[in-house]
Amino acid sequence: MKKEMVVNDGRIVAKRLSWSNYMKRYGTLYLLLLLPLVFFVVFRYMPMAYILGAFKKNNIIKPPWEVAWAKNNGFEWFIKAFKNRDFLFSLRNTLTLNLLDLVVGFPAPIILALLLNELSFNGFKRVTQTIVYLPHFLSWIIISGLALRLLAPNDGLVNILLHKAGFEAIPFLNKPNWWVGTYVALGVWKEAGWNTIIYLAALTGISPELYEAASVDGAGRFRKIWHVTLPGLRSTIITLLIMNLGRILGSEFDRPYALSNKLVTSVSNVISIFVYQNGIKGSQFSLTTAVGLFQSVIGVIFLLGANTLAKKFGERGVW
Amino acid sequence: MQKTKNTKLHDGMIKSRSTKIGDWIIVGICCVLIFICLVPLLNVLARSLSSTEYLIRNEVLLWPKGFNLDAYTTVLGDQKYTHSLVFTAGLTVVCTVISMAMTVMCAYPLIYDNLRGRNFFNGFVLFTMYFSAGTIPHYLLLKNLGMLNTVWVLIIPSCLSVYNMIIMRSFFYGVPDSLREAAEIDGAGPIRTLVQIYLPLSTSVMATLALFYAVGRWNGFSDALLYVKDTDLYPIQLLLYNILQNTNSIEIGTQEGFFDPGVGETMKMATVMFATVPILIVYPWLQRYFVTGVTIGAVKG
Repeated sequence: MKKEMVVNDGRIVAKRLSWSNYMKRYGTLYLLLLLPLVFFVVFRYMPMAYILGAFKKNNIIKPPWEVAWAKNNGFEWFIKAFKNRDFLFSLRNTLTLNLLDLVVGFPAPIILALLLNELSFNGFKRVTQTIVYLPHFLSWIIISGLALRLLAPNDGLVNILLHKAGFEAIPFLNKPNWWVGTYVALGVWKEAGWNTIIYLAALTGISPELYEAASVDGAGRFRKIWHVTLPGLRSTIITLLIMNLGRILGSEFDRPYALSNKLVTSVSNVISIFVYQNGIKGSQFSLTTAVGLFQSVIGVIFLLGANTLAKKFGERGVW
Repeated sequence: MQKTKNTKLHDGMIKSRSTKIGDWIIVGICCVLIFICLVPLLNVLARSLSSTEYLIRNEVLLWPKGFNLDAYTTVLGDQKYTHSLVFTAGLTVVCTVISMAMTVMCAYPLIYDNLRGRNFFNGFVLFTMYFSAGTIPHYLLLKNLGMLNTVWVLIIPSCLSVYNMIIMRSFFYGVPDSLREAAEIDGAGPIRTLVQIYLPLSTSVMATLALFYAVGRWNGFSDALLYVKDTDLYPIQLLLYNILQNTNSIEIGTQEGFFDPGVGETMKMATVMFATVPILIVYPWLQRYFVTGVTIGAVKG
């Protein structure tokens, strides 16, 4: 087959070229792809070989393929993990914190986006957006620094104000229950503003005629939000919910690690911290690899499940 | 892209008295939100600029009292801090450049619908976004590659983000095919088309992704904690973490009693500001770009 151009639907489409002509023309594309592909092979796929370690005896020197299989048909470490109190606590804490994040942190940007959408002064709206996006760009270390200062039991700004108002000081970061609340609240503080971007973009896709029609029918602000704005956000909300459900067993590291302290480890030790302490610091590579594998597999299952569910309800899903 | 500008949904509508009051209530709520976003930064800034006597008396709220720059001069006089700041800044620049090159190199070929094996490459890359080997396998690989405790471990393993690549790819998709075909008919190869047509049209998304990569590296912490022991290779966030943890333990120990903030306190706050200020400087300039970037990634991801 020779190189030829064919007019198809009024568009010019390059038709099948011979292999050598194709490579002469598009070979550079493979050259461009080469480095990224090497990157993915080495730094994303090669680590997967070490997953084998989850089924092998723990050995801190030899790679897993040179080590004997673990007991119980190789499932020794999975069984041990589920008998390990620390791991079970970290599992519980991961689920608790993620569920609270979902319940509180997921609706927050939707409400904020509705609020910003109702702002009728454009200049002020832009200023507000600029400022509420800002915390997203601060690291959890910086935020922990801000939080330690602002929420300090005796001399933090919040407790000074509480004291002046006649309330007792609140140990925001030093008592387990308060810590959980603070953890969730700081998550909202950091990400709620940023996460409005997607919703605000979806809102611009809603036809102004719908609002006008609703006004003509006598709908006030809240009825318009309920009958026009929220239905317009439906598919965005569902897509994001799927992605969040997929992460229900995923655990961030920076956030709990930076905010944690010795007094609250009973609620702040999540799976990623368990892996760090027992794996990297404690050299229990097999056990922690097994835990990581468990986490990844459950994550994929949740994602697939949520995606299928969304498609059943007639939504587009993530893919 | 055009649509994001179309924010004036309610314009041209007749407003009743009650909506006007409603508008002002909303403005009020937004003012409170702005306040909540800024107070932590203002408080820490004020404390870092205040003298100890006012701090002890809990008199510093949002405005410095007994203004002085001692904390900042102490931090800048300490070689440990300046080294880390300069090191992290350099690292951020290098990482951003490498990451941008890798992102473009990965995204651009994937928009060619006649690229043979395109579906395979797409799947190969996307799979890594949904399934990760986990912390320990990554650690063991880097250990076996001899990368632990080198500067490379802070650059290479995180130099390409699939998420950012998708944003780039989606943006490239938005460039009309006809432009590319016209260039091809004129005899331009893929690289020339990329450099002369695609890149000049993509400045906004490039700025966005560069910001994401740069902020990611500047704020990066866990890779350094996991992979680096040499204090010369400590990025500013890890140094800051260690500083915050040090005095933090004293603070908890004296929960009931009296805590003397001392110079350490203002220095901690000054270090927080040093870690924050570069972001505060860069962010407003790029803000108008990144909304487009995030939106594209979300819609087409």
